[in-house]
Amino acid sequence: MTFSPELEARFEKFLAKYPADRKRSAMIPMLMYAQDEIGSITDELVDEVARRVGVTPLQVNEVLTYYSMLHRKPLGKYHVQICTNISCLLLGGEELWNKATHKLGIGHKQVTADGRVSLEEVECIGACSWAPAIQVNFDFYHDVTMAQIEKLIDGLAAGKRPEEITELVKVNR
Amino acid sequence: MPYNEPNPLEVRILSRRFGLPNSQSIDTYLAHDGYQALEKAAGMTQEEIINEVKISGLRGRGGAGFPTGMKWSFVPRQSPKPKYIVINSDEAEPGTCKDRLLVEYDPHQMIEGIIIAGLAVGAQQGYVYIRGEYRYLMDIVDRAIDEAYARGYLGDNILGRGIKFHLATHNGAGAYECGEESALLESLEGKRGFPRIKPPFFPAAIGLYGEPTVVNNVETMANIPWIVNNGGAAFAALGAGRSTGTRLFALAGHVRNPGNYELEMVKTTFRDLIYAPVLGGGIRGSNTLKAFIPGGVSAPWFAPEQVDLPLGQDEVGNAGSMLGSGSVVVMDSATCMVRAAWRITKFFSRESCGQCTPCREGSGWLERIMYRIENGDGREEDLDLLMDLCDNISPGVAWPPQQTTICVLGPSIPSSIASGIRMFRDEFLVHVKEGGCPFD
Repeated sequence: MTFSPELEARFEKFLAKYPADRKRSAMIPMLMYAQDEIGSITDELVDEVARRVGVTPLQVNEVLTYYSMLHRKPLGKYHVQICTNISCLLLGGEELWNKATHKLGIGHKQVTADGRVSLEEVECIGACSWAPAIQVNFDFYHDVTMAQIEKLIDGLAAGKRPEEITELVKVNR
Repeated sequence: MPYNEPNPLEVRILSRRFGLPNSQSIDTYLAHDGYQALEKAAGMTQEEIINEVKISGLRGRGGAGFPTGMKWSFVPRQSPKPKYIVINSDEAEPGTCKDRLLVEYDPHQMIEGIIIAGLAVGAQQGYVYIRGEYRYLMDIVDRAIDEAYARGYLGDNILGRGIKFHLATHNGAGAYECGEESALLESLEGKRGFPRIKPPFFPAAIGLYGEPTVVNNVETMANIPWIVNNGGAAFAALGAGRSTGTRLFALAGHVRNPGNYELEMVKTTFRDLIYAPVLGGGIRGSNTLKAFIPGGVSAPWFAPEQVDLPLGQDEVGNAGSMLGSGSVVVMDSATCMVRAAWRITKFFSRESCGQCTPCREGSGWLERIMYRIENGDGREEDLDLLMDLCDNISPGVAWPPQQTTICVLGPSIPSSIASGIRMFRDEFLVHVKEGGCPFD
């Protein structure tokens, strides 16, 4: 299986982090970053990572099914994660979630037919003091309003990139 | 800006570099006392460093509040085995968002603390375990680690004194359970995040790869440079009793100014945090305080009458809850307590690792009963059924809870439901009688 030179360089760095007889430690980081490039964790990727860290494909499968951020099926190009846990619940996270699902006609961990947008109702993402909060892929958006989620969902569905939707600005640099 | 401007009620130790230009960079850090504590620690014996941390009274800031110096002293320093320092940056207790700021705005403060911990216990390798959702923090810490290597604060010859310590990041992939220290170690080894049974698996004896390991929270580590620079006694002079120093309290919910505030422990109360104009600013609109969670969703709730309790570990513990991760969630008079407790229970049900029956099965049953009450299908006897289930998960439904599971996640599940029923029984009954949520 071939990866981009950047991902290969990353794999090399990962494998060098752990003691020589503990390569299995690199499994989850490799799966996470490979998933970003490939779109999901395919059978082929499972075999490849298993081979590189020296475990069986079954052992990789056993691990990846535990973690909510590792996906066997592709997500949308833009994965919109809306937190509805307590701090966000108190300040409108559920309303954001309902608005997004109704607008797109998809539910939890589902993808729009064109593959552009997927939704996930996530547990606490560590933005409680700036609730309600969402993530689009790995970017954080704080204090999200109903007007903003509408603009975001409409924009993404219409083919815009998040940067082009000026009503929301990501907080991480 | 995710952090607030300094104000007179705050005591800024951990957050004093927040807001400096390029506060992430090693140059900014070096211009503001950076790596001076490491220079000092390099001239101290291991016993002297550990003793200074013991004198400081510093307790773990992740939730359990174990004394840090004592934790370090448990590591067999003379053992020829490799030893590890592992930093828990898997921050995922709902309500908690302070480690994110400490890593984002001052990564070198944490890194310096980690290197000093390595010196103290004789470890030569450390890992910073960062939750998968915090991808941008991975990049920040990776850059900071590269800077520290380039300046000789990490590597095989630190400060030119032959000190060896290496540090690397490691990402999680979405699992609350991995914030539990032994589950975190399993995850770091490339496995499912299943907590280990203690004994025998105390990390200080049998930790990462079966070797002696210190697992500390980000905020705990971030305190170390200041303690070494200023002495443990200066740290212990802040706060009172067994709660020394400051904490970065995360305030969320129905207050006018939610945010992260660094406050001196014990000397400040929940009332200050929630109502002081320069802190929480009081309850939003014209509503009033209904209840608050004092330390993350694992903690039992407090009523408005408890708002004058000091922000101290023992003070909160003696009142039947815990300061936990230092995250305070405020609920006002417009909040449906059934819905709040249901959502927290749903969280535990989704995040249970599934190893232990009381947690795996109990959380699901509780969640389904709570759901039917909130949605109009509840029965009066459900209240007793809920409490009976809670009692099965944690006999007596008291705090601190009785342990029936491998880790503490299980016995924390009843906290919100038991608090809700004890404090707001009538509200639960109204849901049953009216066949739905009166707040909808």
